[in-house]
Amino acid sequence: MVTIDAKGVYYKELNEKVKEAISSGAEHIELINVNGQRYIGDGISASAKITIHGIPGNDMAAFMNGPTIEVFGNGQDAVGNTMNSGTIVIHGNAGDVTGYAMRGGEIFIKGNVGYRVGIHMKAYQDKVPVMVIGGKAGDFFAEYMAGGKIILLGLGCEGESVVGRYCATGLHGGTLYIRNNFEERYFGKEVQRDELTMEDKEFLKSYLTRFSDYFGYDKQEILGLDFIKFVPVGSRPYGNMYAKW
Amino acid sequence: MALSYAVPNFLIERDESRCIDCQVCVRQCANEVHKFDEDDEKIVSDTMKCVNCHRCVVLCPTKALTVREFPLEFKKNGHWKSDDIKSIYIQAETGGVLLAGMGNDKPYPIYWDKMLINASQVTNPSIDPLREPMEIKTFLGRKPASLEIENGKLKTKLPPQLELEVPVMFSAMSFGSISLNAHKSLARAAREVGTFFNTGEGGLHRDLADFGDNCIVQVASGRFGVHQEYLDAGSAIEIKIGQGAKPGIGGHLPGEKVGPEVSQTRMIPEGSDAISPAPHHDIYSIEDLRQLIYSLKEATNYKKPVFVKIAAVHNVAAIASGIARAGADVIAIDGFRGGTGAAPLRTRDSVGIPIEFALAAVDTRLRQEGIRNQVSLVIGGSIRNSSDIVKAVALGADAVYIGTAALMALGCHLCQKCYTGKCNWGIATQDPRLVKRLNPEIGARRAANLLKAWKHEIKELLGGMGINALESLRGNRLMLRGIDLTEKELEILGIKAAGE
Repeated sequence: MVTIDAKGVYYKELNEKVKEAISSGAEHIELINVNGQRYIGDGISASAKITIHGIPGNDMAAFMNGPTIEVFGNGQDAVGNTMNSGTIVIHGNAGDVTGYAMRGGEIFIKGNVGYRVGIHMKAYQDKVPVMVIGGKAGDFFAEYMAGGKIILLGLGCEGESVVGRYCATGLHGGTLYIRNNFEERYFGKEVQRDELTMEDKEFLKSYLTRFSDYFGYDKQEILGLDFIKFVPVGSRPYGNMYAKW
Repeated sequence: MALSYAVPNFLIERDESRCIDCQVCVRQCANEVHKFDEDDEKIVSDTMKCVNCHRCVVLCPTKALTVREFPLEFKKNGHWKSDDIKSIYIQAETGGVLLAGMGNDKPYPIYWDKMLINASQVTNPSIDPLREPMEIKTFLGRKPASLEIENGKLKTKLPPQLELEVPVMFSAMSFGSISLNAHKSLARAAREVGTFFNTGEGGLHRDLADFGDNCIVQVASGRFGVHQEYLDAGSAIEIKIGQGAKPGIGGHLPGEKVGPEVSQTRMIPEGSDAISPAPHHDIYSIEDLRQLIYSLKEATNYKKPVFVKIAAVHNVAAIASGIARAGADVIAIDGFRGGTGAAPLRTRDSVGIPIEFALAAVDTRLRQEGIRNQVSLVIGGSIRNSSDIVKAVALGADAVYIGTAALMALGCHLCQKCYTGKCNWGIATQDPRLVKRLNPEIGARRAANLLKAWKHEIKELLGGMGINALESLRGNRLMLRGIDLTEKELEILGIKAAGE
């Protein structure tokens, strides 16, 4: 394991060090005293693990292709922006536009997430991105979502809606599993409820088990939670709004 | 069914004395205008379906066909023109947002035509480019404020630059909006001439993976086909904020155009709408733009110039200043004449400003702020010929993008129906029967010919001014004079009136 002290190190230099360590074969890199440095894991194609102690800056794991990043702290905005594959585990909250346009990989977040999370997530062939959020989500959750799966647990949010306003507006692909604790009026007209299938239940069991393991929750308790499944009404939400000039 | 008020837009005239009933027109028209009537044993034409793309006119072996405007005259009205009336009928019938293709076609002033180029007479000699050296090579990218030379060698480390043999690039047009054969034509032409084509927001098809040295890859709000290999493949990365044909709005590639190839290149499921949101949702400010610029630079180890493309809008100068300060290497500005595969008609025709003003305002502003060297300026959205380019360079552009003109080189006849997917010229379509009409080798030759011809004309115009390097013309507005312009227009363009 390679340990890099990020204290007072500018992001460009820090990321160069991380890339150097990976290209010289390090399988596990530990970053300590991280304090807002941006772009950690950005554009890295490798299978290394990066452990972050502190608060990484915006665009962590953007365009990432393979690594596992575990953050002992909060994530900021645009975690996993347009990522292709890999795993991100955040032992805290994550900011706005988490998972923007992600096409593959997994993001586990223990706490809450900000606005427009999961926006324009997509899926392609064997790539099906998955996001598991322990807490609640801000407004415009899963907006324009085009593929992938998101589980929203809303732990510790009893008595308040786990999603904000304009949830899933423009959604035209993918699946949402949302803890039964929300205001129906917050949902866009592009989504509808659907029955959980055996396949859904297997999927939930697998990812909720990992969620419990990562964050030290009682697995039985988590697996016992009720989820409502949402799917798109159609894959072409705006197909009929135009007239030919 | 209720009565439709629709009337034909075009009139098809068939000269029966010339027509030999060969049915080429029947086979060529994807809009199914021409049909062979078995009973009457003659070809009949449904004018309602005609889009005036000239495919049948051009291919008719006996030139028996003429298409002209349908001579429908509404009662004379100075305010309600025929298009205004027709659009109300369409919308009353459908309730739909009017969708159009290509660029703004309204008769707004064309400022290129109100600027005249200088030439040398007596006081300094003009240059003949056929026999004397003439340099029009162009480098796009951030230039340092000063250069350090040590032992005759450049010591300053230059930021990444794109090297262009001719100051013209093919502007962003996605595979999806145009066909693979159109993309192949432009890629090959760019390689042959020594310039660049741009993927648009549609990914880079695997057949074009070898063309990275002549390719700019685009990252737009939908992030279609954007992955590490794609970023690595291009010579530069363009963040698309907006385009001249539809500033401020996103795009939809309709599901029916997302076939297997488009699906694979965009990395989205077949048949699904490809929706590009209006903004990038990770960019709500100049600071956020900086974040994406540097995210892309980090992902490509600072080896590639990053372009930021915006539409020419009212505050373009201030926005461009922000983009330069956000760390972009090149700013691309698209004027309100810029084309597109599909745009809402009202946006296409009434949003944005002429590129001539936007270019002049941006160049002036960046010079005033002392940051002009930090970015290159590329403009697009109206360039029709080489003198437009020379005027653009004199106003301050480093290079230009051409889209509409490039497609015309491939055969586009500007019928503006790109969004129907039935392009009879094999350009704006994914229908394999239509796509194969465009031979990429012939397309590449035609597009390369256009650039070669323009390259020579640019040299002629430069020579006439007594200038032997394009660099000496950049921002040299003394080489332009205005005609038929107001004081204010001259002031914004930063040029004198003809005769001054």
